[in-house]
Parts: sequence; C-alpha cells; structure tokens
Amino acid sequence: MLPPVLGVLFDGIAYGMLLFLLSVGLSVTLGLMNFVNLAHCAFAMLGGYVTVTLMNVLHWPFFATLPLAFLIAAAASVAFERTLYRRLYRASDLDQVLLTIGIAFVSVAVAAWFFGTTQQPVDMPAYMRGSFNVLGLNIAAYRLFLVGVGVAVTVALIGALEYTRFGAQVRAAVDNQRMASGLGINVDLTFAITFALGSGLAGLGGALAIEIVGLDPNFAFTYLVYVLIIVSVGGLGSIAGSFAAACLIGISDIAGKYYVPELGAFLIYLVMVVVLMWRPAGLFGKR
Amino acid sequence: MPASAAPSTPQQYLQSLSRWHPIEIAFWLATLTPFLLFPTYLSLASQIAVAALFALSLDLILGYAGIVSLGHAAFFGIGAYTAGLFSKFVWGEPLSGLLVATAMAALVGYASSFIVARFRHLTLIMITLGLGLLLAEAANSAGWLTGGSDGLQGVDIWPLLGLFKFDLYGTTAYAYSLSVLFVVFLMARRLINSPFGLALRGIRENWVRMPAIGADSRSHIRKVYTISAGVAGIAGAVIAQTTSTVSLEALSFERSADVLVMLVLGGAGRLYGGLVGAAIFMIARDQFSGIAPQFWYFWIGILLIAVVMLLPNGILGGLSKILARWRGR
Repeated sequence: MLPPVLGVLFDGIAYGMLLFLLSVGLSVTLGLMNFVNLAHCAFAMLGGYVTVTLMNVLHWPFFATLPLAFLIAAAASVAFERTLYRRLYRASDLDQVLLTIGIAFVSVAVAAWFFGTTQQPVDMPAYMRGSFNVLGLNIAAYRLFLVGVGVAVTVALIGALEYTRFGAQVRAAVDNQRMASGLGINVDLTFAITFALGSGLAGLGGALAIEIVGLDPNFAFTYLVYVLIIVSVGGLGSIAGSFAAACLIGISDIAGKYYVPELGAFLIYLVMVVVLMWRPAGLFGKR
Repeated sequence: MPASAAPSTPQQYLQSLSRWHPIEIAFWLATLTPFLLFPTYLSLASQIAVAALFALSLDLILGYAGIVSLGHAAFFGIGAYTAGLFSKFVWGEPLSGLLVATAMAALVGYASSFIVARFRHLTLIMITLGLGLLLAEAANSAGWLTGGSDGLQGVDIWPLLGLFKFDLYGTTAYAYSLSVLFVVFLMARRLINSPFGLALRGIRENWVRMPAIGADSRSHIRKVYTISAGVAGIAGAVIAQTTSTVSLEALSFERSADVLVMLVLGGAGRLYGGLVGAAIFMIARDQFSGIAPQFWYFWIGILLIAVVMLLPNGILGGLSKILARWRGR
C-alpha cells in the first residue's frame, strides 16, 4: 500500500504538466526577445475554444481536435506578431505590458460575445474518464495522459533545442542576439517560428486544460498569473527551468488545496516571492 | 513654459517649473462644476477624485521613477481596510482615520520598499504582482478581521468636522475627496518640482549612472515608494469613508490593472496624466457599463492598443505634441 501523499504528488505533477504546456512558449519568447507577452494565455484560450467548437458543433472526437487547436493558436499568434508585436520589440517593458494586456482584454470580451460567460462542456472519450488502482492509489487515466504529454513535449523540445540546427540558432539568439545576427542567423525569422511554436503549445495546453480546470472567457487572465509565476520562477528562456517550476507550482498548489485549504492560493504566491527574492533571475535563469 | 525667461541658475530653473499655468487654474476651477451642473453625478465625481488620487500615487513611482508595479492596489486596500477598521473599533471621526490609514499604508510601503528597490524589469513586475496577490489572499483568509468575501461590516463614519454627514447625494463625499485630492496634488507638485523630483527622473532614465552624480538610486526609490504607498493609502481611506464599505475588491488585481490603464491613458510622467486619465476612464465606464458590462473591457482593450501604438505618451502627451507643432508654425 502506498501512502496517500503520493496521490497528491501525482495530481500535482499532472497539474504541473498542464501549467508547463501553457507557459513554456512564453518562457522561450521572453528569453529570446525580451518581449513581455501578457496575451499568451489568450492564445491558450483560443486553442480551448477551437476544441470545444469542433467537438460540440462538428462532433469531432477529442483527440482529432488537438492538432487543430495547436495550429490555429500558432497561426493567430503569427498574425499578431507580424502586425502588432514586432513594432514594439525595442519599446519599454511597460508599453509591451500595456499592448498585450489590451489584446487579452479584447480576447476576453470576444470570447464572451461568441460563447457566453458560462463554462464550456466537453465530452471526454470513455477510456479517458476512468481511473485505475495502483497499490491503493487512485490514478485517473486523463491525468496519466497529461503527464505523458508533458514529458513527451519536454523531451521533444529539449531534443530539438539541443540537437538540431534550428535549436542551436535559437540558443545562440537567446544568449546574445546581436552576436547571433552578426553570424548570419535570421533572428527575426527564428523568433517568429519560436513564437508560433510557443503559442501553439499554449493552444494545445488550453485544449487539454478544459477537462481539468474548465474553460470560460476569464481563462486568459486566471492562468496568466500562474504562467507568469512559472516563467519568472523557472528563469527566462530555460525549458528545464519551466519544467521544474511548473512541477513545483503544480505540487504546491494541489498540496496546499488538499492539506491547508484555508490558505487558498496564498502558498504559490509565497513560493514565487521567496524564490524570486532568493534568485531574482529564477531557478535556472542566467540573467 | 515661456521661452523668453530662459533660466540661468538652478534655483530659477526649479522655480520656472513650479509656476502655475492658467490652464492648471482653469482645470481646478472645472473640478468644481459638478456641484452646480451635475448634482446627480456627485457620487461618480467623488469616485473619480479617488481614482485620480490613486493614479497620482502610481504616477509618482511609475511616471517619475520608472518603477512598474502591478500590485499597487495593495496599498489602496491597506488604506481602505485601516480606515474601515479604525471607524469600527476606535471611533468614526474621518480626518483622524485618514491620518492613521495613511501612516499604515506608508509603513507597509516603507517595509516593502527594501524589496522593491533591489529589483528591476520583469522580476520587479512579478514581485509587485506577487506581493499584491499575497496580501489579497491574506485578507481573504483573515475573515475574522476583514469579513472575507462578504466585505467589512460595521463601518460607521461620523460627520465630517462634526457638521457634514456623508449622505446619499454625495455632496459631502465629493467635497471631501476633492479637497483631499487637491491638498495631496499640491504636495506632489512640490515634490516633483524639487531637486528630489529631478533626481527621480534621472533614475528613471538611467538607474546605474545616477549614483555617480551623488543621487543614490536605491534610497531615492525607497523614499518615493513609501510616499506613493501613503498616497495610495489616502485614496483607499477616502473611498472607505465616503462609501462606508470595504470589500476585497479594494485589493484585487483588477484594481491594480485599472489604475495602470488610467495613468497610461492620461499620460504617465505628467502630474495631470493620472487625473485626466481617471476622469476619462471612470466616465467612459459609467456610460458603457450601462449598455453591456462585459463588453466594457473590449473597448478598454482597444483603447490600450491604440494608445500604445498611436499615442506613446498618453492623451496629454499627444495634446502637448499637437500644441507644440501648432506653436512652431
């Protein structure tokens, strides 16, 4: 028999994987371009609504909608990047914060206009709804699936970043943007692709999140706080950092809600402030 | 600024900054018009004055010292809860409550200024956001003191100076909040046009170089952050006293975001930026939310995008640019 604390740990890690998918894109783009994109979760929300629409209107199966959630979020983010974001790369933090908060506000209102302010229902396939028993622990199938997706994405991202030509270009641009462009790397294009990839992953995260946390127009702001916490705790531009921070925050949040519910979200904010005061650049940050 | 009297000494330069412009006098006379022209909107006018005060406090740190804070509602909430609790447990005399609330907010501001002065950029934004959220959660958990999500019960404010009751029409409320705004504005104006204010602007432009000419960036930031927290506390205390209610909303992230929007809309780094921005924001919200509350944020979002893209220095910045071009012809 395993102690129940492992069950809490498992739920925390599953939740952490979700947060990792939502935040890893922002971490890389922030590290790469120093662009504070507070509309990141709006792209995640878009992915969620794509899945809901495809499932409820066109009756697609859940898994078939996931690639489209990724693609549409990525495409939308590139459209914004080309038209609005790229003009503010050299602007101050404050201008970037304001522009992207503005976009997030608009996205909330647009989502409320088309879908209403209620939670969106999704029908999971039957084999995802069940749970199985491992030595006295109740493991939900969907959460196990989330952990699998999170680990697979991490391995794929780290592999792509460490062992491909494109990954080397991204790392070079994160480390020293001017030097990288001096060596002939097209930093603008590298950034556009990374940005699309990151927003796409957020869209996928948004689609996967519906079953766990639900989906309503406030998603763009509710999870923005979590994502920012993970990015700043993990350190900018670090995938391993985001992964560690997402696990830390996911476990703290679930354990806090389980053992000391009266504290609410107090615990994760405390974790963030303490980590940042100890290491201002985050756990794995270089700057 | 009249170009003819070019300042020759530092003293004359500072004096020329603090001279009153006719437009400023006209602005303050215009703030009196709601008493005569819009007597049914006095409680809205009072809320505008409070929002303007809050935006002014953010302007001191953001516009002048370049500290971006996403958690400034913390001090607004501390002021509001202190004023509310003071009236509940000590007595309801408003002016002493205002002083106590200001002192409390400034004290917490001073304590947190040691943290704030150590960080810059994204870490600073996240630390201010985190501290703000932490305080909001703490107030939510401490239901025995704050009333939690039901709001603080039993706030009882005595008549102002023993004569004027805070009534439903908002006459006293507006007179009170406008006078507080004016007095604080005068102090802020004096502060900004002093050598200290100049040093702050220097820190905003280059944080590293200012110590080299004898202005220690960190100690200046600590001072202005404490002052700004105190002013935000005043704003919170005034809203608690004029409405006799305090809720968790006073500490919320939305309030921190709204005040940032107001300031940027009007123009950060200008004394009147927060005031003008607060008036436009509050009047627009009053009008729009009558039609459809959830789409109010759509227009705020569009407005923000437009201000960042087209008017980098806010409405006042745009106006002064047009004015300068017109004069140059």
